Amino acid sequence: MNSVILRVAAQILKPVFLIFSVFLLLRGHNAPGGGFVGGLVAASAFVLQMIAFDSAEARRHLRFEPHAFLGLGLLCALSSGIWAFFQAKPFLTGLWIKLQIPVFGLLKLGTPALFDLGVYFVVLGGVMFIFLPLKDE
Amino acid sequence: MKYLIVLPIIIPLVAASFCLLAWPWRQVQRWIGVLGSAALLAASIALFCQVNTSGIQVMSMGNWPIPFGIVFAADLFGSIMLVLGAIMGFAVSIYSLAAMDQKREAFGYYPLFQILMMGVSGAFLTGDIFNLYVWFEVLLMASFVLLSLGGERGQIEGAIKYVALNLVSSAIFLAAVGILYGTVGTLNFADLAVVLQHYPNQGLITTLAMLFIVAFGIKAASFPFFFWLPASYHTPPVPVSAIFAGLLTKVGVYALIRVFTLLFRGDTGYTHEIILVMSGLTMLTGIFGAVTQNDMRRILSFHIVSQIGYMLMGLGLFTKLALAGSIFYIIHHIVVKTNLFLVSGVVEKIFGTTELKKLGGLYHSRPWLSVFFLISALSLAGIPPLSGFFAKLVLIQSGLEIERYGIVAIALIVGLLTLFSMTKIWNEVFWKNPPEPVLPAPSFSPVGWMLPVTALAVITVCVGVLAGPIFELTIRTSEQLMNQEIYISAVLGARP
Repeated sequence: MNSVILRVAAQILKPVFLIFSVFLLLRGHNAPGGGFVGGLVAASAFVLQMIAFDSAEARRHLRFEPHAFLGLGLLCALSSGIWAFFQAKPFLTGLWIKLQIPVFGLLKLGTPALFDLGVYFVVLGGVMFIFLPLKDE
Repeated sequence: MKYLIVLPIIIPLVAASFCLLAWPWRQVQRWIGVLGSAALLAASIALFCQVNTSGIQVMSMGNWPIPFGIVFAADLFGSIMLVLGAIMGFAVSIYSLAAMDQKREAFGYYPLFQILMMGVSGAFLTGDIFNLYVWFEVLLMASFVLLSLGGERGQIEGAIKYVALNLVSSAIFLAAVGILYGTVGTLNFADLAVVLQHYPNQGLITTLAMLFIVAFGIKAASFPFFFWLPASYHTPPVPVSAIFAGLLTKVGVYALIRVFTLLFRGDTGYTHEIILVMSGLTMLTGIFGAVTQNDMRRILSFHIVSQIGYMLMGLGLFTKLALAGSIFYIIHHIVVKTNLFLVSGVVEKIFGTTELKKLGGLYHSRPWLSVFFLISALSLAGIPPLSGFFAKLVLIQSGLEIERYGIVAIALIVGLLTLFSMTKIWNEVFWKNPPEPVLPAPSFSPVGWMLPVTALAVITVCVGVLAGPIFELTIRTSEQLMNQEIYISAVLGARP
């Protein structure tokens, strides 16, 4: 598609989409959101690049091949379960640490977030895996 | 080590992830595939030894209280299946190094293969009926892609039938699980077994059991739901055919045996009688189909159907000896059937086809291949002292014991016809003179092809030679299955 407006908009919207996707990812633990929808929003940032420019441009913005995101995401999700082994708990047991951070207050970090991050990458990789060859056709 | 029970899931997932990360480097993927399969085999054997010595292993995922969380439970039956699956996975990954073409390798054959193995392992280990559905889906997703990978015309035609029928089966399975949950409010196998024993309305339970027979019957390719199998199994490349032939229908048989020994045994006179009738008809239709075919891989595909009948026969008879016979049969069948498909791959490599009338003379040019084929073929037909003989012997003995002469007669006749159709392949492919004009055999290094074929033929002979200890193991396995209290107390007793 050859549209100047779309190209300019795509450039501006990319960081907005990506920040919003991370917001959705982090919000997902207790509220609507999560890795799946976050990954979809992130993927739409790159799909927009692909529509406005071409697939090469989208690949350049993505930096890594989609399969790499798939593999990374799967390992990330798996690692969330492995942590439990070190504490002699069953596979996938949720573990939490509490951090006291100056200005922001109490931060609870847990392995479920790691799982969600894995889902985020798998969805991002999966969507790009499907879309990039479509544009190449 | 109590984490052994999740390793058969984790190892293929890690291997698949690394294959994805190594996407552009085909050579790296190949070795990750072999390493992953080898590690899976090692973990499965270790788990089996642990189950064998210290009883059923249980782990509740995420430390959720049983029966609310998803439970993994490895009993003897599940871990035997797991070891068999892992052996086949390993043999086929070695074979794939030689037999898989570059195009399919570049499109993710190795990660898909690992995901398939993960689905199979998960189905054998899970102790939760909804989770069983999930693992079925995992292995089906992988199998859909493996079946259509490459996009040849015949493949796509086969894949459409396969996908359509399996989706129907999954829908019925899911509906049955939903109704079951709506009825008794639990999904954990052990908990279900307890609740179903005392459920007042047994008629409803029997109705549900019928839904499960249909769902798993389609997956296991039993009569009257078998027709998708001969329509699709000969289309993909041989390594894919071989792993499908060896494992996928057996997951269906596993699910049938699991569900009909643990959950639905309130009205065995009705449900297991139906299974018995199905098994007889499965044997007959499968073998008649095979007799009429004139393509090596098609004949072998129909044989899978007829062999499924034997496995269900033991479940239908439902005595300790009969179930042991079924399990023995599964052990024998998985090894033999995979090997026959692997041999058909070598034949296809040499002649470029598996149509019987275009083949011939292999006994002269490839004596070892012929010997290995003969071992597997005669074992399939049940010639002593090979593994198939003992498997059939146990089944027939158990049939005579409770005076079910009809099914025994069918089993014997089908055994005879199996021998007939195996000699047909032998005559056409190995014995008769090669067709004119003789094509020059393509030169290829036979090591990668022959290594797994040899190994599986040796295992077949070993199963025959070690029939005593294996029979003793299958008897213990069937005792564990027949006495559902052992499973129930192992799982529910693991409550913190």
